[in-house]
Amino acid sequence: MTKLLRTIFLVDLFQGLWVTFRTQHPKNIVTEQYPEHRPKIAERYRGAPRLNINPENGQTLCISCDLCAVACPENLIIVGWVRNPETKRKDLVTFTYDTSRCMFCGLCEDACPVDALELTQDFELASYSREGAIFDRQILEEGIKPTKYRF
Amino acid sequence: MAGTFLDSTELVLNMGPQHPSTHGVLRVIVKLDGERVNGTECVIGYLHRGVEKIGENRTYTMFAPYVDRMDYVAAISNGLGYCLAVEKLLNVEATPRAQAIRVVLTELNRIASHLLWLGTHALDIGAITPLFYCMREREYTLNIFEKYCGARLTTHAFRIGGLQYETYDGFEKEVEEFCDLFLPKVDEYEELLTGNRIWRERLIGVGILNEADCKAYGVTGPMLRAAGCAWDIRKALPYSGYEKYDFEVPIRQNGDTYDRYMVRMAEMRQSVRIIRQAVAAIPEGPIMAKVPKIIKPPVGEAYVSVEAPKGELGYYILSDGTTQPYRLRVRPPSFVNLQSLDKMAKGSLVADLVAIIGTIDIVLGEVDR
Ligand code: SF4
Ligand code: SF4
Repeated sequence: MTKLLRTIFLVDLFQGLWVTFRTQHPKNIVTEQYPEHRPKIAERYRGAPRLNINPENGQTLCISCDLCAVACPENLIIVGWVRNPETKRKDLVTFTYDTSRCMFCGLCEDACPVDALELTQDFELASYSREGAIFDRQILEEGIKPTKYRF
Repeated sequence: MAGTFLDSTELVLNMGPQHPSTHGVLRVIVKLDGERVNGTECVIGYLHRGVEKIGENRTYTMFAPYVDRMDYVAAISNGLGYCLAVEKLLNVEATPRAQAIRVVLTELNRIASHLLWLGTHALDIGAITPLFYCMREREYTLNIFEKYCGARLTTHAFRIGGLQYETYDGFEKEVEEFCDLFLPKVDEYEELLTGNRIWRERLIGVGILNEADCKAYGVTGPMLRAAGCAWDIRKALPYSGYEKYDFEVPIRQNGDTYDRYMVRMAEMRQSVRIIRQAVAAIPEGPIMAKVPKIIKPPVGEAYVSVEAPKGELGYYILSDGTTQPYRLRVRPPSFVNLQSLDKMAKGSLVADLVAIIGTIDIVLGEVDR
């Protein structure tokens, strides 16, 4: 009998709807309005790579030790260097980082002894072509510049 | 099966691999007699990446991010299992601090995994609302992962011998806040589903798998516990300091879809209980045990299994003394549990098949590896 009454008066339905109704308050809306409001990215986020430069003299911090390339499981970092005959040091010439194959595991970042390579909080990595996903030294040093759209 | 009204012949139908209810790229060949399922056959391998083979060609450190990509919903559990296996080979143990933090993160990940399962399972059955609520709470755990290790899904949070990252400021507080917030939410899901007549009628008595069958198929995890066997690796073969925490292994008796739902709901509550205990007692100290820079385990083999959200996740590593494993074998829970689909689905209706696939809680990344 109770079951019948519950069925007729749709008790279950209203119980469920009550839960739905409770979350209608604007305070409880959790959807992020992404392009308008950029989400706050955690400090440790492993996003687009960056090759840090020394802020004082604008030179790269990288010492061309190749440790990041060795540490990478996907083998996607290529460090190009020439030996400077005067200082007997390696000078960084090119640095290629193929983000299309990168899984952002952070092993390269951990391996770098001078914190030159860093995965940053930039996350807008989409590109129109596969070549666009291969970062050269210039992009790595200046950071990615995603196209800004206006709506 | 009994003859039908119009003595029709058996109809063979493909379900998937693009079917939304197969949770990825699972293809199920269904033999139908009208609405009755006469038999099913799973075709898997659409997401095969050869993870085990990749493991043989990577050093031990390098392989760690790949295991996250098997069960990407519970990447931290996978990482834990792998790290424990290599640690066993190396004969080192993570420091107490690292172990406690590992437990906190793994249990948070269990909650995240169960929430995703609950949302999608309810969605399959026709209840759309729980999905949004589950995603809302899952977001909190993912934010904690993001703040802790910098990634949300494929986290690569643990390293062999301990952890790479120290906890961030306010980690404990945030986890405790999540625990406080989360328990009432579980009640909220239960309010929506447990007593709901449609939910009960769609689930009770559907996809029964009894204890003997579970054991015969090697089914583990919530599916086995729903059939009345209190087998939980965390209790049976404690790892990473689980013996220190006080929690129960929820079991149910009938082994149907509804019981599996109840077991998982209870497990989320138990996870909160473990997290509370673990986060309140994170010891001070180093987070990394003494592990050589180049990991070169001695010749030997090691098998470690952990209780992943979906069942027993095992790693078998055979080392030949070099920096790369000679053979690496993964025992994925989803893959083994999926075998029981045919047994459960035989004789049920097509609509129940969707519920049965959902209740196994498969992740195709792990089934195919
Ligand atoms: S994040 Fe990982 S995959 Fe990407 S370049 Fe660094 S080491 Fe390689
Ligand atoms: S590890 Fe650091 S310093 Fe060495 S090559 Fe890579 S980016 Fe340069």
